[in-house]
Amino acid sequence: MASAREMRMRIRSVKNISQVTRALEAVSASKVRKAVAAVQETRPYATKAWQVLTHVAGQPGRGTLHPLLTSRPEVRKTLVVVVSGDRGLAGAYNTNIIRFTAQHFDRYPNPVAYVAVGRKGRDMLLRRRKQVVAEFSNLPAAPSFANVSAIGRLAVDDFLKGEVDEVWLVYTDFVNMVRQEPVLKKLLPLEVDSHDRVEAYQAQHLNAAYIYEPEERQILDTIIPRFTALQVYQAILESLASEHAARMVAMRNATDNAIELADHLQLVYNKARQQGITNDLLDIAGGAEALARAMVQR
Amino acid sequence: MPIRCEIVSQDRRVYQGDADMVLLPGSEGVMGILPHHAPLLTTLKLGVITVRSGGNEEYFTIAGGMAEVQPDLITILADAAENVSEIDVERAQAARERAEEMLAKGVPPDTDAYLAVEAALRRSNLRLEAVRRFRKAGAKPARMTEESR
Repeated sequence: MASAREMRMRIRSVKNISQVTRALEAVSASKVRKAVAAVQETRPYATKAWQVLTHVAGQPGRGTLHPLLTSRPEVRKTLVVVVSGDRGLAGAYNTNIIRFTAQHFDRYPNPVAYVAVGRKGRDMLLRRRKQVVAEFSNLPAAPSFANVSAIGRLAVDDFLKGEVDEVWLVYTDFVNMVRQEPVLKKLLPLEVDSHDRVEAYQAQHLNAAYIYEPEERQILDTIIPRFTALQVYQAILESLASEHAARMVAMRNATDNAIELADHLQLVYNKARQQGITNDLLDIAGGAEALARAMVQR
Repeated sequence: MPIRCEIVSQDRRVYQGDADMVLLPGSEGVMGILPHHAPLLTTLKLGVITVRSGGNEEYFTIAGGMAEVQPDLITILADAAENVSEIDVERAQAARERAEEMLAKGVPPDTDAYLAVEAALRRSNLRLEAVRRFRKAGAKPARMTEESR
């Protein structure tokens, strides 16, 4: 049994922890609001850009339209861009995204290289002995498109140079404050994926090829890499919102737990203290009685 | 049958509605898009988009971007865009003066800074020009009465 002094210190430290976690929760709460606003502002553009890309990709003869739209017959190497957080204390946020990535790519038939966005993700990938070819950490709290367009450019360049034959993007989609879901998206070569059923349907029915102005190659060269980078940007914004939301919930749970623990410790301490007083009283009473008996006998 | 028109800029949805005709500042020249247009993909340059529906016309300035045309849908992805009626004239004026001042001071040409200032000047000129030409046009009775109140 710990001494009374030790218990008092323990209670105080638990209460201190609850104050720290409560402060972190408040910080995350304000950050999540800003992050969600940022996501929602850019979502229409990103969604529309993705739609246009899938329309382009769904055209007849897409195989020869542009190298970024062309599937390679043999996939020798895969690049995966994993978006995680720079910091921990966000509940299962970072673990979830890495576990999700591992589920998909650990038993992949060809070698997989990773681009880590976020320090935590990089650390965890390295611990799992993955090949991390590039790392982007310490992103600003509210990144602009210019801040992160290099990530998309890297993916496009590696793909065009033939160093990798496909590029995937893994990030956490912000659904709402308590729900964030890991998502896997194929960036390159661009395909109408089966999840976008409506898009796929539309694309199939738009059989007519586009008229291009200016000419096809020039316009595709401009928009495809740009829109690819934009998808990465949007993924990062979604992930940031998810990270802050996850941290907020984690910190709220931590605060609740700390308060509960402090209450419990306080109860144990009070009981121990009362027990001590009772024991002291018994000792005194016993001593007094023994003394009285001795007096009588004499 | 009208054609659906959606204008989104990188930070928000600018316009969404049905139109009878849309005029776009294509990089190869202005083009008018009517319903049932053939699929088209084009880049846009700095200019004004006109959306005509019924007897009404709405004007938007755009600082470049691209447009995708489907027979029943026009999607405009703008680098930056705003409704001419929302333009803050004083801000545009201030931006123009600032840009002119910087050019007068002599920014070394062919540098990024020079290009940025020049682009800013072009944008504010476009905004002011658009306000001058299209705000008084009287094509938007609803908005005019609102302003006269």
